[in-house]
Amino acid sequence: MEQAMQENALAVQDGQEVVVHMQNIGFSYAQNHLFNHLDLEIRRGNIYGLLGKNGAGKTTLLKILSGQLFIEEGETKVLEENPQKRTPSLLSEIFYLPEEFPLPKMKASEYLAMRSPFYPKFDHEKFNQYCSEFDIDLNQRLDQMSLGQKKKVLLSFGLATNTALLILDEPTNGLDIPSKRQFRQTVASAMTEQRTFIISTHQVRDMENLIDPIIILHDGKVIFNDTVESVNEKYVLSLTTEQPKADEGMYTEKVLGGWMVLSERTDDREGKPLDLETLFNVIVEQSKGSAGGVK
Amino acid sequence: MQFNTHSPIYMQIAEYIHDLILSNVWEDGQRIPSVRDMAMELEVNPNTVIRTYSLLQEEGTLENQRGIGYFTAKDARTLVLQKRREHFLKRELPSLFETMERLGLTMKDLQQYADNKEKDDEIEPQEE
Repeated sequence: MEQAMQENALAVQDGQEVVVHMQNIGFSYAQNHLFNHLDLEIRRGNIYGLLGKNGAGKTTLLKILSGQLFIEEGETKVLEENPQKRTPSLLSEIFYLPEEFPLPKMKASEYLAMRSPFYPKFDHEKFNQYCSEFDIDLNQRLDQMSLGQKKKVLLSFGLATNTALLILDEPTNGLDIPSKRQFRQTVASAMTEQRTFIISTHQVRDMENLIDPIIILHDGKVIFNDTVESVNEKYVLSLTTEQPKADEGMYTEKVLGGWMVLSERTDDREGKPLDLETLFNVIVEQSKGSAGGVK
Repeated sequence: MQFNTHSPIYMQIAEYIHDLILSNVWEDGQRIPSVRDMAMELEVNPNTVIRTYSLLQEEGTLENQRGIGYFTAKDARTLVLQKRREHFLKRELPSLFETMERLGLTMKDLQQYADNKEKDDEIEPQEE
């Protein structure tokens, strides 16, 4: 079935096949209701960016997807399977890079030998290539590495697993400046039509041109799941030196030299595209007013 | 490549490719980097590069030879030159005229400036 699925994915347009389907999800920690009727659909062949305020539940969502947390309500399907069953066939197709993680007291090379057999499509050549690009010494012990170095080992490992789903939770936290660039290059080159990456981040500027579509998690729901381009097609951002009236535009923000006003697009003139920070602010702001958000 | 915030990334990459063709870095009919290599070089989402390549394919600047890769068209340079000239006349020139009007400059002033500039250009080599 696995193979049939892959061949099928080649036939359809890239990014059309649904790999994650979440419907009506409810989840809480003790008395704290985190998710309420949350829906989410993720399609193959894309690098998704998962955005949300602190405590919005980004990590929880990623853990539910990868079978590490169990939901109370609703249905989750990942690659046609229920992640709560934690079948080897599914788990060998998911790699999850946590934001913080303990690593065993062993060399990177020993870690590789221990964990790579769980991933049938693991590419050792690529792993070595990524590690050397990241300047990682495989003979160094993991517990003696800095957070950034450990991240680079796990990133190289995750990208080399060739899993259908790669989940990265705040991957650029702890990376130094040259490594962030390396990260973008490596992720761009490791992406294929067969894979799907989900990257949660607060560092939107690190990934501005890498993540798209964008998923925004807010108030226990997915309030946005679309491409940046689709927003730019519908709305246009303009700069004005006069203070906009209260009812002008759907979103205004004071910026250097005036105000930024977002309004519905009425012609096809080239407007300033939304950057991710503004997109996030607009969508979250809009969701307060109307239940439906900007869309 | 430094991206600006004025137009969508896929459009900026298209312009960048136009520049490569205009300046003959990419010659007519030559094979160009794969989507993945381009995405890696520019540190962008590969889907964005796919978008740019299809756009350029539609306008006839690029050709996709199935199973081999992307190539610049045989007449890519002429095509881009024509497109860019059109863009200058339709989009840039009107705003230039607008600025001239605001500053009270006429075509005559510009002509003078252009003549002077030509003279300067002529003088310079003589001085050396």
